[in-house]
Formats: sequence, C-alpha cells, structure tokens
Amino acid sequence: MNLIKEIDFGTPASKSEKMVTLTIDGREVTVPEGTSIMRASMEAGIEVPKLCATDMVDAFGSCRLCLVEIQGRAGLPASCTTPVAPGLVVSTQTPRLKDVRRGVMELYISDHPLDCLTCAANGDCELQDMAGAVGLRDVRYGYDGENHVKARNDGALNIKWQPKDESNPYFTFDPAKCIVCSRCVRACEEVQGTFALTIEGRGFDSRVSAGMHEDFVSSECVSCGACVQACPTATLQEKSVIEIGQPEHSVVTTCAYCGVGCSFKAEMRGEELVRMVPWKDGQANRGHSCVKGRFAYGYSNHKDRILNPMVREKITDPWREVTWEEAFAHVANEFRRIQYQYGRDSVGGITSSRCTNEETYLVQKLIRAGFGNNNVDTCARVCHSPTGYGLGQTFGTSAGTQNFDSVEETDVVIVIGANPTDGHPVFGSRLKKRLRQGAKLIVIDPRRIDLVKGPHIEASYHLPLKPGTNVAMLTALAHVIVTEGLFDERFIRERCDWSEFEDWAAFVSEEAHSPEAIEALTGVSAELVRGAARLFATGGNGSIYYGLGVTEHSQGSTAVMAIANLAMATGNIGRPGVGVNPLRGQNNVQGSCDMGSFPHELPGYRHISDDATRDIFEKLWGVKLNEEPGLRIPNMLDAAVEGTFKGIYIQGEDILQSDPDTKHVSAGLAAMECVVVQDLFLNETANYAHVFLPGSTFLEKDGTFTNAERRINRVRRVMTPRNGYADWEVTQKLAQAMGLSWNYTHPSEIMDEIAATTPSFALVSYDYLEKMGSVQWPCNEKNPQGSPIMHVNGFVRGKGKFIRTEYVATDEKTGPRFPLLLTTGRILSQYNVGAQTRRTDNVVWHDEDRLEIHPHDAENRGIREGDWVRLASRAGETTLRALITDRVSPGVVYTTFHHPDTQANVITTDFSDWATNCPEYKVTAVQVSPSNGPSEWQIEYGEQARQSRRIAGKLEAAE
Amino acid sequence: MSNTSNDAKLVRMANQIATFFHSQPAETRAPGVATHINKFWEPRMRRQFFDIVDNRGGAGLDPLVLDAAPLIRRPAAENAGEHASAN
Repeated sequence: MNLIKEIDFGTPASKSEKMVTLTIDGREVTVPEGTSIMRASMEAGIEVPKLCATDMVDAFGSCRLCLVEIQGRAGLPASCTTPVAPGLVVSTQTPRLKDVRRGVMELYISDHPLDCLTCAANGDCELQDMAGAVGLRDVRYGYDGENHVKARNDGALNIKWQPKDESNPYFTFDPAKCIVCSRCVRACEEVQGTFALTIEGRGFDSRVSAGMHEDFVSSECVSCGACVQACPTATLQEKSVIEIGQPEHSVVTTCAYCGVGCSFKAEMRGEELVRMVPWKDGQANRGHSCVKGRFAYGYSNHKDRILNPMVREKITDPWREVTWEEAFAHVANEFRRIQYQYGRDSVGGITSSRCTNEETYLVQKLIRAGFGNNNVDTCARVCHSPTGYGLGQTFGTSAGTQNFDSVEETDVVIVIGANPTDGHPVFGSRLKKRLRQGAKLIVIDPRRIDLVKGPHIEASYHLPLKPGTNVAMLTALAHVIVTEGLFDERFIRERCDWSEFEDWAAFVSEEAHSPEAIEALTGVSAELVRGAARLFATGGNGSIYYGLGVTEHSQGSTAVMAIANLAMATGNIGRPGVGVNPLRGQNNVQGSCDMGSFPHELPGYRHISDDATRDIFEKLWGVKLNEEPGLRIPNMLDAAVEGTFKGIYIQGEDILQSDPDTKHVSAGLAAMECVVVQDLFLNETANYAHVFLPGSTFLEKDGTFTNAERRINRVRRVMTPRNGYADWEVTQKLAQAMGLSWNYTHPSEIMDEIAATTPSFALVSYDYLEKMGSVQWPCNEKNPQGSPIMHVNGFVRGKGKFIRTEYVATDEKTGPRFPLLLTTGRILSQYNVGAQTRRTDNVVWHDEDRLEIHPHDAENRGIREGDWVRLASRAGETTLRALITDRVSPGVVYTTFHHPDTQANVITTDFSDWATNCPEYKVTAVQVSPSNGPSEWQIEYGEQARQSRRIAGKLEAAE
Repeated sequence: MSNTSNDAKLVRMANQIATFFHSQPAETRAPGVATHINKFWEPRMRRQFFDIVDNRGGAGLDPLVLDAAPLIRRPAAENAGEHASAN
C-alpha cells in the first residue's frame, strides 16, 4: 500500500471544447483553450516549480517561481497566469530561469525557520521540495535581517513575530512559517465560500489573518480544512500530524456523516489514522470537505465506546458483559420464544441508515427470511419517506434526479426547507460557488438561513413562510406560473400527460391558490411570491433543492408532489443544471431505502405484494415470503403499547432520541420483552434494551454507501474492528444462531447477491466499482456507466403525472396555551443525535442546544439572552437556554436536537405525514417561559439514563 | 385487542389519507384511498380498521374512507397461534 498523491496541475481544468496545440520543452502538447501553460506542462509530465499555485484555486501569480520563457515574447511570464495559445514555443528550464528561481527561493528561505528535521510538515512540504527543485545551496542574505521567524532579534522583542495560534481543536496556525502565498485565503473564498481569512498589512508586513485579526476559533472560520489542505508549508497543520507524524499509506473511503457522501483518503500509519483528507477525484465533493468528515472521527476511539456484548434480564438491572456466543444464543432464544408465544408478527427490526448497503440488506433479509414477516423499517421513515412516495407518484421513482455536479450548470435555484451550509456543507459550498458566478437564489424557509445573505452571495427572494404552509406556498408559485403563461408547453406536451396537466392547471389557477389569497396563511407578501415564481420560470436552468423542512410535515408527501409539479411545469427535468434534488440526511439513507428497508418493499423499491419479485428472493433464499406489508416504526410502537409487538432488533439507530414524542417511544420500548440494540455507544434507546451488541465504525469495515445523488461509493476497512466484528458479521452470526445457513465471507458477496436480485444494481460489483471509482444507480445493461441524470429521455413512469396539491392546515395549531410555533433543525458542527460528534472536539462550536427566539417574543416574556427557558407543548416540556435573534420571525422559535439532555423530541407530537407516517417534526405549537433550570422530566430522565448505563463490575460509564 | 386511543389514531390516519384524495378527480378518490391502505397498512391495522367499520359503524371515519372500505383487502384470519418456522 502506498500513500496516494494526486497530481497537482497547478491551475483548475478548462472546460473549453476547443483544443490548442503548443510546444513545451520540445514536446508537442494539446490542451483545451484557456488552460494555463503550467497545467499544460504538467499534463505533458513537466513539473514547473511553483508555490502559490494549486489546482484547487484559480491562478494568482504571486510567488514568481513558475516563470517560463516563450519564444518571441519579452520577459519571463508566470506560467500559472499565462494561458496557452496555438503554436507557442515554451521553455520551462533555461539558465536565466534557473538564476531567477534560485534568487526567489533565497528570499523566501531568508525569512523561514530552518527547523526542517523537527517540523511537522517534514516530508510533505512544498517549500522544502522547491528548495530542492531549484537547487538552492546558499542564502546570500543570511538570516539575521528583518524577519517573522524569531521571537527575539538579538535579545530585543521582534514585533513582526507572532505566536502559534492553537485555538482550533484540529489544526494550528504558525505565522512564523508562513510564506504569504495566499493559498489558504483563496481556498477559504473560492472553495469553501466563507471568506474568513484575509491578508492584512502590505509588503513585508503582509500576513494571513483570521477574521479581524482574531484567533481561528473566534473568527468566522468553519473549520472545513480547505486552508490546511491548501497550505504548502507547516503554517496550517493538522494537530494529528503534529502528534503522530507523516502517514505512510492511504486508502480511499467514504465519509460516514451526511448524505453528500464525500470521498476521503484515510491517511494511515499502521492501523493508526493520521488524518482524513478529501479526495480530489471524489465525484460528490471534488476535493472539498467539512469539519465533520475532515476532523470529527475521534469518536471511534472514545472511551465511551462499548466493545463487549452485554445482556440483562430487566432494563432496571445493570448490564452484564457476555461472550458473543452467549449474546447471539440469548437473542435467538428470546426472539423464538416471543414468536412462539405471541405470533410470528410480534417481532421486527430497524435497519441503519449509517451502516453500509450490505449490512442493511442483511438486516432486512434476516427479518423477512428469518423472522418470517415484513416488520422492517429504517430512519428514512422519519426523514425522506415522503420523497419516496411523492416522487414515486409523479415521476415513477423516488430517485433524486441529478448529480451534485449539476449545480455547476444551474441558473436559478430554489432552496426550500433545507439549510445546506449547515446540514450538507460541501454541497452548500458548491452551491455558493455557483451563486458567486451569478446564479440566482430563492430561499423558502421560516428562518433566515445563512444562504439568504452571506459574503458575496444574496438570495434574490427570501420567502419566510409560517411553518406548515409549504403546500400553500408551492401551489401559489404554480398559480403564478400557470396564470401568467410561464409554463413550458412543449416539454409538458412531450413528456407529461397533457390532460392531467390541464386538470392540474385549472386547479392551481383557482383564485384560492393565488399568492394574494394565501398571504394570510403564509405571512409572505404576494408580491414576493409572484416575483420568485417569475424568476424561477424564466431564469434559465431551474433547480429545486429541498430537505426535511419539506418532508417532515403532515402534508410532507403533498409538498414533494408540489415540487415535482413545479419542475415539470417549467420543463426543468432531464438535463444537467435542473431537477428535483432531495438532500438526504444520513450517509446511507438513500442506500437503506434502496436495500428494501421499508415494510412494503423489497430491494429496488418493488412492492412486497408483487409475486414475480417475491419469487426471485424466495428461490434464492429458500423461504416463503409474507406478501403483506409489515409495520412501520410508529406502527411498531403503537402495536407494542397495545401488546402485540414484543421484540425488536435495532441496528445503528437511536429512535428514543431521534423519533418524535419521546414519551410514546419510551412507552413502546418499555412494553417490549426483548429490545436488541447494536451501536457504538450506549445510546438513549439502549436505556430500554435487554441486549447490547457492540457495533463497528466505518473505518473498520468494507462495504458501500449510497449518497443523495444515488452514487454508490466504496467504504474501505483501514483498521481492525475494535469490537471484534464488522456489523455485517454480527447480523450474519445472529442469523446463524437463528438457524439460517448464511455464509458470506466478504461484503462483496452480499453486493453480488444484491446485483443478482435487483435490476437497478445489475452491473454493480466491487470489481466494477474499483474500475469506475463510483457509479450512480440505475447501473445495468441499459446504463453501464450509471445514471448521473434521471428521466433524460422521458419519465421512468412513462408520462410525468401532475397531481393536485390542496393545502390542508395541520391540526397542530397555535392557541392561547401554546401561542408559538417550534421548528427544528441542525447545525454545522453536530450530526443528528450527536452520538458521534458530541464525542469529538466539535463541542467547541456547539455544546448545547439553544432555543432561537425573536427579540419581540423574548421581551414579551421577560427573557434575556442566555436565560434558561421552559419550552412546553401538549406532548411534554423541557428546558434549554435562549438565544435571541431575528433570524426567526416573531411567533416562531427554533432549536436543534443534537443533545440528549435537551431532548427536543419530548416536545414534538405524534402527528405525521398522511401518506407515509413521517413525523411532523417541523411544526409544534409551544409556549416559552422563563425557568430556573432543568425540568422534572429532565432530572428524572438523566437519573434513569445513568442507572441504565451501569455495567456490572465496572465504574459508572460517563455519557 | 384494540384500545380507544389506538382506534383514534387509526381513524385519524385513515381520515388524513381521505383528506388528500378529497381534492383529487372524483373517480380516483375511493380507489386512491383503498390502494393506499392496501399498499401500506399491515394486516393488524387493517383488521382494526374493519373492526371499526363492521362493529362500530365506522365511528369517526370520513365518508370517503367508508366509500373506499369495500375496495380494501380484508386480511387473513389472525395468526395468533401461528408459530414461525425456523428458516
């Protein structure tokens, strides 16, 4: 194994299709027009010395090292900023160039410490490399002059020297080593789009500064790591490299956080992870990362991680560590007992949207083939199940229609119910890049998210609607488009059912759906809505990106249909730059759905009642499958409370924290006789478990994740599972204990089974993925390269189907007792229930959930910034501290759900989407009042959680 | 087997489905509700549903749900005593 080193071409690739031929060092080179001479040289295998150039950012031309000579041109142009031209004759190495370059390097090194041997970048320093490349042998200027290197010059304080900034938990900034190449500043601007860094001062006083001369952690820096990656020296350096040293091999794998699915190089020394570096060839992230994927992997070695299986009779008992064999036998006996006593349908399971496709496939197979029922569900129930239903009805498939690259060709974007800069940060950065190039943005969100206005971006329209009125808003947009004749008739006639369109057009044209008529419902001025609709319909390639702010409502599925209607009506389907783009929450929520995790569907979204599909699996698995749909998560909990559902196997999901109406979830779990939790940590659900099976991290196993753009990416094992088994092995051993004759020796064999049974995966295999890097399903004979864009030559269902979308107000209404509307979301540094990120230094940025409340509402209640407040709904109450901000409108409050001691889901209710039972997280009527501290429930819960985490023979484990 | 709070929940779910189909073209309404329930409701839920329809006069159910009832598949008799076979 080697350390993977991507070639740095120095400047970004040109997208021109026109080719230009020139001669470099006697070699003829043909490249796209607009390519720099530096890049053209590198493509011919000639490495021109450089320091300020790197292909992640545009050319800058400041270091004067990449100079070349061009026949017939005067002077020594910089190869990074000089584009190719037909017939140029370029020399990259001449006596004159050699002298100049050596002179430049002498100047750099005269103001640079000479501690190479003890420097963290030793072996990975471009300055060191360039000194070698230009043959630097001597620094004629000496080292005693003015400098930024030494704290003292001849005993006197050196005012140009600055100490190392170690404020960021993950990397250090050492100004003494800085060569002011501006690569970090440009990476922050061009790649990340945060503009947190700048160069302050002029001439010899120039230096890199975070924010307004702040330390990194106090500045706007979001710790994405792009600057660290761009830095050619040890100025910006990962702390892990400082502690461990340089890696010796690396393996490409896929991030286990959000649905963007970034590719990373896991850089290793032995089995120790030195650092995660975004992989330039990663098709989802194109070499970028966020603070979670880049840095927040420390949870895998956290002291709270459970490494041995545990069993207990009652949930009030302390845990007892047992061998794996005992644990498997215990679970098998219990599930068999329960089924004997209460019937075959009294048990079920939940697959994990954090585990691999292969693991998810095995869990649903265990339930269908081993338990003999279809009581399997997954966390998509509580996030994107309405996407599956809504897009399935209108387009014929639940698939998001685009790849992430598509954003580079979009002209006008609607972002609704999503907060990409926090929830899907790498996509957020890619979107902001396109916006800076001139694309227009419409944000539909109750909250003023960062995208509404930020450095060098501003939404053309922000429609701050009242939570729960998405369908009214989307239908009003359609009203404007139809009544003003802005729809794309040719597209609709060609690709959609025209009579259904006419029916729908008549429906949306009704006066009741006009922006004026719904103004009172949404609270958004009709004029803004009309403007936004006109912009979207006439602004060129129109794309819609949405998240859980659309789906997690009682009309979630209807809103998804309304989005699909809008895209069809404006002809924005079937090519790059357009489309309907669900931003999926978890790393493999797309995959878990694909793999048949829903109770009514076998892998590949085929209904369980379909005889032909069941036949495929029955033959292969040698069992008879139940043709009836099984229970969904909320139905399982209802059935448990009712007494007909008694046992559950939960792999990698924390329903007690993540699912709504916590008290109902805990009542359901408490009513069961055997709750089996497989996870890294004793999560909140484990408080109600009888068996705990330790899980493994994404670093410890092989498999695949499928991201939001349907891209199947490899996950590669870089270290031995600390708990002894990868999760797929645990499920297999459990199946064996239950008498199933499974014998997979590697996850690739599971993928082969998936490909053999599921048409959209027909060509997928580990060998094929090795060859292709990654593919987007459908990947079969018809689409051997995979399918970056869906519905290219027509909709999957045949004709696109327009569906009427009548707005129906949710039953969750404000009133005198609960006058405010609570909506929930997430934050950049934390992920979902926080089980992983809370166990990393990311808590520096967010160590508690806060309640965002408008100054007006706060003042009415006598609430000041930072005060403890009581947040109550008809479902329950909790306390947390207030954050007063006008990001939320009066009447709306907002919080995150990352911390178990807040338990925002005590507040959320059991209302759900009409079609899928996806919970209505985004609208809860609440009251907020001052409070003295934690509620009684929180104290009780904290004590119960502490009790239930006791392990016999061990000191009490900390949360 | 069923209790009132669960009944109320089921009625609410059925009525929510009906609410969506109320605004759809007339001929698709009852079949729409029925197809939806057939596709997504586990037998236990449909059994409870028919208990409400047959024995309690469909109390609380939207008339559209009652229109759809004849199109909803009746689940097989309860399998309470049925034991899962290994493999």
